[in-house]
Amino acid sequence: MDLTLTESEQEFRDDFRAWLDDNHPGKAPRGGDQVQFEFEREWQRKLHDAGWAGVSWPKEYGGRGATLIEQSIFGEELARAKAPRPANVLGLVMGGPVMIAHGTEPQKERFLEPILSAEEIWCQGFSEPESGSDLASLKTKAVKEDGGWRITGQKVWTTFAHEAKWCMLVARSDSEAPKHKGLTYFLMDMEQDEIEVRPLRQITGEAEFNELFIENAWVPDENVVGGEGNGWMVAITTLMNERAGLGASAALGLANSLDELVELAKERGVADDPIVRDKVARLKIGIEGLRMGALRALTSTMKVGIPGPEGSIAKLQWSSTNQAMTELALDIGGPEMLAKDSDWAYRFLRARANSIEGGTTDVLKNIVAERVLNLPKLR
Amino acid sequence: MDFDFSDEQREIKSTAHEFLGSRFKPEHVRELAESDSPYSDEDWKAISELGWNGIAVPEEHGGEGLGTVELMILCEELGYFCAPSPFISNAFAGALIQAAGSDEQKSKWLPGIASGEARGAAAMTGDDSVVGAAEGAAVLTLNGPRLVEPDDADLERLDWIDTTRAYFKVSADGGDPMPGDVLPALAVGTIAMSAELVGVAQRALDMAVEYAKERQQFGRPIGAYQAVSHRLADMLWAVEEARSLTYSAAWAADSDPDLVPIAASMAKARASDAATSVTHDAIQVFGGIGFTWEHDVHFLLKRARVSAQLLGSSRMHRDRVASLVGLG
Repeated sequence: MDLTLTESEQEFRDDFRAWLDDNHPGKAPRGGDQVQFEFEREWQRKLHDAGWAGVSWPKEYGGRGATLIEQSIFGEELARAKAPRPANVLGLVMGGPVMIAHGTEPQKERFLEPILSAEEIWCQGFSEPESGSDLASLKTKAVKEDGGWRITGQKVWTTFAHEAKWCMLVARSDSEAPKHKGLTYFLMDMEQDEIEVRPLRQITGEAEFNELFIENAWVPDENVVGGEGNGWMVAITTLMNERAGLGASAALGLANSLDELVELAKERGVADDPIVRDKVARLKIGIEGLRMGALRALTSTMKVGIPGPEGSIAKLQWSSTNQAMTELALDIGGPEMLAKDSDWAYRFLRARANSIEGGTTDVLKNIVAERVLNLPKLR
Repeated sequence: MDFDFSDEQREIKSTAHEFLGSRFKPEHVRELAESDSPYSDEDWKAISELGWNGIAVPEEHGGEGLGTVELMILCEELGYFCAPSPFISNAFAGALIQAAGSDEQKSKWLPGIASGEARGAAAMTGDDSVVGAAEGAAVLTLNGPRLVEPDDADLERLDWIDTTRAYFKVSADGGDPMPGDVLPALAVGTIAMSAELVGVAQRALDMAVEYAKERQQFGRPIGAYQAVSHRLADMLWAVEEARSLTYSAAWAADSDPDLVPIAASMAKARASDAATSVTHDAIQVFGGIGFTWEHDVHFLLKRARVSAQLLGSSRMHRDRVASLVGLG
């Protein structure tokens, strides 16, 4: 057991930290608009030029080939420096890795480089109005024609749909097959009239997400990923990529927020209030529990290929801690925290999604129960 | 970065698990817990022969010279089997003498502590009101800090809910003062107690999960119902979070002293809460049978409740954490 970084891990961290010091672009403008997006695209180009865009990707595909621990260090350094996210985050974290795992050689050649350079932005078309947690029940239809597929249906919670050139789309290509078996994973060109993008306004007032209305859109055969009927298996890889290794950097993000909360408590003169102290300590314990659990899971993944039971709770720890933190901030902050332009009010509202997005708390507990504790299924 | 046990540590853990599992079977634990004295000489001898009592005592004083991580591994396994043993009190006494004792005090007491032939017993509260396993000890480490021999002290056995161990209130004047700083040893004791609580919680979780798979109501195993399965998922969450914090605190005690004060308090706060909530939840999963004396889960509940109070409650440790994150 050694929780310090090895020499080469330290070198990796120092290199990236030094680069970040010199190249940090400052705080991204907020609002989810074009200005923010172009800022983030520029930031990704800068990362890419220095070889820091596809940190987890193998070197042969233009990545850095970093180990899991290095990937975690990379995320921690970004969080520590409060650096903006790169514009093509879905392409980097999901699209690219899926292409590398399941794509054909021509697909890899065609799609990977523009993901890294943020030249082509990717979005994800999984969820539908009728298919949230029960993703495999999705109804968007893919009908085979000569040379490709016609897609018709509706998708929701599609981030970056306005900016995206490509959509990772899962659609039902065989309505006769059992629900998990009749799905295919497509790369759909977003630049066609058959797709309408409508922004979806959320409780913060912004529109981070969109709805997609798809009516007979065209996908050529060469843009099927992983073969017809394998869409569920390919999509699961994407979702696992979304969850893996995020714990430690998520914990650092929370730690930054906790520092602000401690300052707020002092400003408001409640640093010696026993209830505030108890709640702040619970947050600190939640954050460190998440971070240490993430490091345990990383070690286990590197050694035996899968994380232990501790890996299954990271998302639960993160969402509950972030929600509790923003609730406490509003409580301590008093009436002025209720202003629409208050940063904590924004974070409080945004945090309500934390226990829903990327797997609801309720479904994640089902997964813990069934896959970690091996309890019988209700269904 | 390697957050995993070494091969040697893994070996210690699996040996401990096997040994304790066959030695402290539920019927043996029950027999001891229902007797006047929860400690058996044969059990103590068997543990001593494995060298566990000296695991973190330096080799020059007859110990194994290993660290807090190894001690933690043993305490977690002892907690898992709810083993009635003066082990943790003796180990804590050893840590205190090692940290704060003079050379002479170390030479006098550590070899007996390490071999188990003249064991120590340590105060678990700041006022000597709780000393684990004081009767039968050769030396007591009391607040001051000072060393007192049991013949020079009044021992009052505390009739507590946890009968898997013996607790005493000690009154003694004078004693042999220890010149050094006890703080590092307090952290070791706190981490060892956290590890025990993690073990207790894991056992309660395992028992509840097993039962939820077997027990049928309304034509299904109760573990298929989300009201039950989500409770069990929450229990796993508590256990794993407590374990991650306890393991990292033990590592810090051996390798990164600056982190120890906050790490030990986070571990104890989380482990105390995890063990109490998980044992409560386990009884809820068992339903009526879990409330009977004949079922074993109450021994875990009671041990968890007592250990959660020793060496600082979760409330107290959270207050310390609040200070250490900047609330003053």
